[in-house]
Amino acid sequence: MSAHDHAHDHDHGHEHEHHHKDTFITKYIFSIDHKMIAKQYLITGLIMGIIGVGMSLLFRMQLAWPEESFQIFNILLGDNYAPNGVMRNDIYLALVTIHGTIMVFFVLTAGLSGTFSNLLIPLQIGARDMASGFLNMISYWLFFLSSVVMICSLFVESGPASAGWTIYPPLSALPQAIPGSGTGMTLWLVSMAIFIASSLMGSLNYVVTVINLRTKGMSMTRLPLTIWAFFITAIIGIVSFPVLLSAALLLIFDRSFGTSFFLSDIFIAGEVLHYQGGSPVLFEHLFWFLGHPEVYIVLLPALGITSEIIATNARKPIFGYRAMIASIIAIAFLSTIVWGHHMFISGMNPFLGSVFTFTTLLIAIPSAVKAFNYITTLWKGNLQLNPAMLFSIGLVSTFITGGLTGIILGDSTLDINVHDTYFVVAHFHLVMGISALYGMFAGIYHWYPRMFGRMLNKNLGYIHFWVTAVCAYGVFFPMHFIGMAGLPRRYYTNTAFPLFDDLQNVNVIITMFALIGGAFQLVFIWNFFHSMFYGKKAEMNPWRSNTLEWTAPVEHIHGNWPGALPEVHRWPYDYSKPGHDEDFVPQTVPMGKDEEQLHH
Amino acid sequence: MTSLLVLVVIALVSIAIWQLTKIFDLTQVGSNVDNSQVANDNDNNVNGYLMFAFLIFIYLTTIFCVVEYGHFPLMSNSAAEHGAEVDRLMWISMILIFFVQTITQALLHYFSFKYRGKKGTTALYFADNNKLEMIWSIIPAITLAGLILYGLYAWTNIMFVDEENEDLLIVEVYAKQFGWEVRYAGDDNVLGKANVRYIEGINTLGVDAADPNAQDDIQANELHLPKGKKVMFKFRSQDVLHSAYMPHFRAQMNCVPGMVTQFAFTPNKTTEEMRNSKEMVEKVAEINRIRAEKSKALNAKGEEGLDPYTFDYLLLCNKICGSSHYNMQMKIVVSEPNEFKAWLKEKQTFGQVLKAQQQPVEVKQEVNDTLSTVVDTSSLAQVIR
Repeated sequence: MSAHDHAHDHDHGHEHEHHHKDTFITKYIFSIDHKMIAKQYLITGLIMGIIGVGMSLLFRMQLAWPEESFQIFNILLGDNYAPNGVMRNDIYLALVTIHGTIMVFFVLTAGLSGTFSNLLIPLQIGARDMASGFLNMISYWLFFLSSVVMICSLFVESGPASAGWTIYPPLSALPQAIPGSGTGMTLWLVSMAIFIASSLMGSLNYVVTVINLRTKGMSMTRLPLTIWAFFITAIIGIVSFPVLLSAALLLIFDRSFGTSFFLSDIFIAGEVLHYQGGSPVLFEHLFWFLGHPEVYIVLLPALGITSEIIATNARKPIFGYRAMIASIIAIAFLSTIVWGHHMFISGMNPFLGSVFTFTTLLIAIPSAVKAFNYITTLWKGNLQLNPAMLFSIGLVSTFITGGLTGIILGDSTLDINVHDTYFVVAHFHLVMGISALYGMFAGIYHWYPRMFGRMLNKNLGYIHFWVTAVCAYGVFFPMHFIGMAGLPRRYYTNTAFPLFDDLQNVNVIITMFALIGGAFQLVFIWNFFHSMFYGKKAEMNPWRSNTLEWTAPVEHIHGNWPGALPEVHRWPYDYSKPGHDEDFVPQTVPMGKDEEQLHH
Repeated sequence: MTSLLVLVVIALVSIAIWQLTKIFDLTQVGSNVDNSQVANDNDNNVNGYLMFAFLIFIYLTTIFCVVEYGHFPLMSNSAAEHGAEVDRLMWISMILIFFVQTITQALLHYFSFKYRGKKGTTALYFADNNKLEMIWSIIPAITLAGLILYGLYAWTNIMFVDEENEDLLIVEVYAKQFGWEVRYAGDDNVLGKANVRYIEGINTLGVDAADPNAQDDIQANELHLPKGKKVMFKFRSQDVLHSAYMPHFRAQMNCVPGMVTQFAFTPNKTTEEMRNSKEMVEKVAEINRIRAEKSKALNAKGEEGLDPYTFDYLLLCNKICGSSHYNMQMKIVVSEPNEFKAWLKEKQTFGQVLKAQQQPVEVKQEVNDTLSTVVDTSSLAQVIR
């Protein structure tokens, strides 16, 4: 080890002692330690998740039994929005909108990527902390602030934003068009602007950290696939989030300062508005330029987590490590040039539709490679079916089921008829919603010991997984069929169309599964918080894993490793390698004399 | 009430299961059972079998859904000429999807079951195989190339319409919160110019009364179409985004304020023919069975029952557009060309409507003249402000 490294370590030892005198505030609240920030992200994300999922259960109940009244509506939504327990139509739209916003951004972007990027990047690359701990802290607190603003928006008098999570203007721009486009929408936009700032700070930090702070021997091709996924995700975030910010800013101008970026020729509430020359299609372009990569911002970290967990628990190297990296990069690149497939029938030039069909269907190729590589990794493995492993296998399953229907939606010809129907809802919930949630759960079960020093109860984990898996299919599989029957999404009730009367019993079945699945998430919540204090104390490396995070002490310390930083001698997937006594060879173990290096 | 009961049952079942696991956990305390919370051989066995069971569950769900709900989808019996092509592509994609889904899920879950962990076994150290990876990059690539080509061929046929040389019926579909209106181009088959700034009184579509092409335009609030003639729809919206969705015709296009969008198709089944088609007769019978049941329940409560349902083509709004988005619909009637002509003839043209209101029209035209200047200055004023 060079003298420089020694000096560095010495400094850190010093810092370490200094930090022991942390006050409650600097340790638990305004912490700059990446492990604490990860936990903050996770818990904030979980709370937002409970709210988001809870909302979906409410509107699922409305869809299944549109003519009934429920006391619970009245209790949760109040007399104004649910008089006598009957949900009003504008609050239905608000629930749909906020559910989408919270799940996509607050749970699956910040809660998933924020948690695991923060926890794992320094620990798996062998760094003391993020490149900038301070920026990291700001990033979390901006996320927290944006969550608070989003929650506050639920309580304004004119109601929360209700133009759908895609907030297409003019609906989102004109309070005359829908009550939720008043203060609720303003707060929504403010919250998202703060959120984007937070996300950018986080992403920049992740990229810089991965590039600069890898420990000795940790070349890019020795990085665990988790890190590759987080790294590429951060890059997509940096490329696409600013575009959403610009769209939000322009929308704020249109709403508040009378500009006409997205608005033109509007007659509403009996009068002509002054807007002229703008185009809502421009907004759609700007929105989906983020909106589509966002799908992969949500999904890639989940796939990275799954790669790591499947390899560890299959006791086998991940199959096709380089192909996995290549497909992550290919997906990331393609994801930025396919946004138009959300807009086939938006009125844009049909020629563009052809181009976007082409690029969209190309994404199926790297996705297929990933799916097959996961399956091959399982082949002839020695599968340790821990809850994390079950969720990872579940992810591959829903990723395939949901991904395949993308072939239909990505095809402009077929999209004409299923666009904005429940077919779309079923597709994206499986491929990005459920898959990413499974990834998040898998990550939590796997790295819980690393985060909290205790183990989650595995039996509760098994119950959680199996009920969730059955319910997820129970909810979203039949949904394809009502979508193919032409049932549009975002309808408060389908009773206005006798044509859809025969779909109603399917809606009831879907809601039943949703309610059961939702209720069983309580098993997980209980397990999560109970185990934090009463769970079994974790060993240093409970899953017998190769990666660096399991070489650090269970107790969290600043700087992660008490002594020198670990040195890396091999790739992270030497599981069951012939010639070793154990079925895992941590990255810190030097290569044997005649040992063959697969990747360097 | 029944649903409330259901909720209570769900809650009780969850509590019961929670209690069971607690008991299960408690029985393990003190015994020498491994409490590491890491999967042991027993867990691997149980969950391995469950994985296999889950594969069967997926298959059963699929079969159940196809048998029970498979008659819902709009994948056959389309009412537009291009629909057959769309449906064929849909079937090809669907069959491909089901094929791939069946095989990959089988592999995934079977491997999870077959290779469940056992103490003493070692996994195969198998990290790479370029040949295999080539195979599963190239096969999807070829398959997709086929699908893309077919898709693009169909898309081009549908979307690119030669307006100059084809014999088209021009129809404007006009969207507003929360309803639809229609304007036929009349004898000259050219729609008069329109802008929301001309909206006034009976001129709800903002048609420019000064435009000679507008005089023979015909406004209606039901969409009638002749069978066998290609219809070019011009979509407008006066307030927010709407989407004109005509599922039976495999047609959909957004209505965008400030611009005109378009979509064309040829209806090839009259409403009557559709009603009498075997699939529709069955569907309507099923719907009416459900409605009769509901009516019975309603009558028992002393409320009025539901009317029986007869099929009509519909235009629905399929882009979130405000509180009553869920009920923004218009009836579409497809009839034989002569019936359609007769229906259209009964309607007054825009010119006639204006004449009937002779007095107001003169005033109105003045208003229109001043209106255009007023609009300009007001928008100018806004900019300055």
